[in-house]
Amino acid sequence: MNRRWYIFILKNLIRIVLLTVCISIVTFALMKASPIDPLQANVGQAALGSMSQEQKEKLEEYWGVNTPPVQQYLSWAGDFVRGDMGTSLLYRQPVTKVIAVKLSNSLMLLAIAWILSGILGFALGVISGMNRGRLADKLIKGYCLIISSTPAFWLALLLLMIFSVWLHIFPIGLSVPIGVEASGVTLADRIYHAVLPALTLSITGVSNIALHTREKMIDIMESDYVLFARMRGEKGWRLFRYYGFRNVLLPAVTLQFASISEIFGGSVLVEQVFSYPGLGQAAVAAGLGSDLPLLMAITIVSALIVFGGNLTANILYGLIDPRIRRGGAEK
Amino acid sequence: MRQEEREPVLKIENMSIVFTQYDRGMHQTELPVIRNLDVEVYAGEMVAVVGSSGSGKSLLAHGVMGVLPYNASMGGRITYCREELTGKRMEKIRGKEIVMVPQSTAFLNPLMKIGPQIRKGRKDEESRKKLRDIFRRYELKEEVEKLYPFELSGGMNRRILISTAMIEKPKLVIADEPTPGLDLKVAKRAMEHFRELADMGAGVLVITHDLELALEVADRIVVFYAGTTIEEASVQDFEKEETLRHPYTKALWRAMPKHGFQYIPGTQPYVKNLPKGCPFAPRCSQCTGECSKEIPYRTVREGKVRCIYAE
Amino acid sequence: MKILNRRQRVILGIIFSIIFLAAVCIFGSLGTEAARVTDFSRKNLAPCAEYIFGTDWLGRDMLVRTLKGLSISIFIGIAAAAFSAAVALVLGIASATMGKTVDAVISFIIDLIMGVPHILLLILISVALGKGLKGVVIGVALTHWASLARLIRAEVIQLRESPYIQIAAKLGKSKWYIARKHMIPHLLPQFLVGLVLLFPHAILHESSVTFLGFGLSTEQPAIGIVLSESMKYLVTGKWWLALFPGILLVATVMVFYVLGESMRKLLDPGSAHE
Repeated sequence: MNRRWYIFILKNLIRIVLLTVCISIVTFALMKASPIDPLQANVGQAALGSMSQEQKEKLEEYWGVNTPPVQQYLSWAGDFVRGDMGTSLLYRQPVTKVIAVKLSNSLMLLAIAWILSGILGFALGVISGMNRGRLADKLIKGYCLIISSTPAFWLALLLLMIFSVWLHIFPIGLSVPIGVEASGVTLADRIYHAVLPALTLSITGVSNIALHTREKMIDIMESDYVLFARMRGEKGWRLFRYYGFRNVLLPAVTLQFASISEIFGGSVLVEQVFSYPGLGQAAVAAGLGSDLPLLMAITIVSALIVFGGNLTANILYGLIDPRIRRGGAEK
Repeated sequence: MRQEEREPVLKIENMSIVFTQYDRGMHQTELPVIRNLDVEVYAGEMVAVVGSSGSGKSLLAHGVMGVLPYNASMGGRITYCREELTGKRMEKIRGKEIVMVPQSTAFLNPLMKIGPQIRKGRKDEESRKKLRDIFRRYELKEEVEKLYPFELSGGMNRRILISTAMIEKPKLVIADEPTPGLDLKVAKRAMEHFRELADMGAGVLVITHDLELALEVADRIVVFYAGTTIEEASVQDFEKEETLRHPYTKALWRAMPKHGFQYIPGTQPYVKNLPKGCPFAPRCSQCTGECSKEIPYRTVREGKVRCIYAE
Repeated sequence: MKILNRRQRVILGIIFSIIFLAAVCIFGSLGTEAARVTDFSRKNLAPCAEYIFGTDWLGRDMLVRTLKGLSISIFIGIAAAAFSAAVALVLGIASATMGKTVDAVISFIIDLIMGVPHILLLILISVALGKGLKGVVIGVALTHWASLARLIRAEVIQLRESPYIQIAAKLGKSKWYIARKHMIPHLLPQFLVGLVLLFPHAILHESSVTFLGFGLSTEQPAIGIVLSESMKYLVTGKWWLALFPGILLVATVMVFYVLGESMRKLLDPGSAHE
């Protein structure tokens, strides 16, 4: 591995730290701008009304209403870095704890969907790109067009209608009240509840990966080296294995890691429809319920996940591509 | 002489390649990039198709190998070892009996090591040994097998590319512009590699823009102009201007540095506005009204020419 | 022989797309009152000849409601996409031409926006602006320019470094001449295609946030709200409440995609060979 690459990764890391700090500032500023009154949100309208002026001032001081925003941000960020993300208003628990529970629920869902849609999307994209203009390509392209035009939440509704309401195969997530904790639920139960959300996310995740892989595959099939390989009598499976696969894998892996953000976005919608107690649903609940500490924490955690994915992609690129690994004159 | 006795390895008769294109709006037009191409290659012989850039000569190789882009269609007749070379037959022998040597290492898979790439992924001892022999012959170190194309030095490129042909048992080798931008010494060395292949018994068809270089190594020269083969002559015919047949060939001869470096006025016509009949007519001093009619490719003094006034 | 060649088929597709979208918008706008009319004598009707999309629990005609919702969504989508595209154009060109510092800052902002999952960003903005219609429109408009700006930036940089433009500059052609003769003919098609392809994203995201309960009120039945309301009635077997509005939403988004792709095919010089 050459030095330039290490410097590249180091720069990447620094950029991530900077970006995260900026995101936290922007998020904080957005929350400050919101017309939600921290006293009301935290104590409640009724309780506030019955308080004396003195008590109110005490609380205002406690919530830092009168301190300048910069100072507020610094004290919030300082606590955040030390692991104290504040208290969730909705769940009446430390945000750290809420996020830990919700994230562990979401992770399984995200991981299944991510892997399934990655593999399926890659395979479809390759088939489509290698058979450009033929029936298989047209079918796959059509499928991708329909899927990318379908909002994830509606697909979720559709699957819910078919499998839960009509066929009674899977549970209607709606019957689970919002905010039920995952404790006391067996693993089989959790998988049972995760099938439909995971299926929805996998189906919607496929199209993006498939279309990009298809584009790359077409570029590769039109490249000089594939032309030469064909002139050397290579075709079909061998052509794919020795010439297509290696070259298309690289961009596909990068894309796959960059697509974490989209899968996460989809999970927000899908979890809402299926009432799946994950991070996405918590984000919606926090937004609707004005639970600002939780919303801010979720934003930063999800940004870290997205950046982590991008960083992994960059590192993998260096590991897979010999032009970087062996330090060639790659430009 | 020897040509009459034997059958050619490759015989291309009246080949044409046409592209379909949109020009403006929804109109589709046809671009005849190659109009009339006739070439014969015999075993043990090296034939050079010489044409300036833009004459459509690279498509010749793609046409023979059956890898034209999808908006191109090919006409004419290709015969390989007495039998017509259909698409199906080509698929069977492509890369085995008929091999093509590309211009540069850009035609190699950037993510595959040189050794496996030349062997096309074959791992058996026989092909390994064969590759080692080829490397020894071309004075390439064994470690080169483990390099990726981007790690090759400029000097190795030519030998690596020709190794891809040597690893097979080719009866016909097609080389597309094998000396792009090389200095004279290196270019000559590269051409000599192809000469060796011909001497080993294969038919070699070299497509090049470099007439002088072709004259040094080839047996016969086919002159290609604006999508048409206008003359076929032996290398000896190029010793004097008088033994050449077509006005364009003669002009090429006069343009060579050792014969006075004379400039040929005018430019090669673009495929879209080709004149009818002889493509060289607009630049030719002997041109008459007859030249815009169909011009036959006829035999003149053991060579061939597409000019009604040649004798 | 095909009766129509590829380009003719593409143009036919474009015409149909535009007619479809115009029809949805016109009927949607006309039906503002009809969409609100409640009539308990006809509530919970399954699709039939008179109400082909059925009616809901308040006896509202779902077809009218769907068209109204879609037209609201299309208007929001077009407004937000147009704004986003303008931002993308300005920032993309600025990033490519105004020096390293500007480029670094703009690239950083693009990374910033792309770092937060899109839906989450929309939720944040919506909360910041008080969860109203304003929040949705501004949110969608503010978050969709990043990828197009990145595309334009890359395109301008590539153009600026291409040999023919460098030579034109060395030949003493003015900046304005180069921009007009060499840059715009390349950029404009790309930009237009990018603009059209922003619509489907904008509509999908708009319907998603409203579905989640942010933004538009029930008074303004954007398609996300129509679907969100019908979700509550799904369990009782009223499938038509979600099925038909959803299909029409998918069709609308798809039409925008087809429109964009068709334009790309026509404007891309490489398509001459097909």
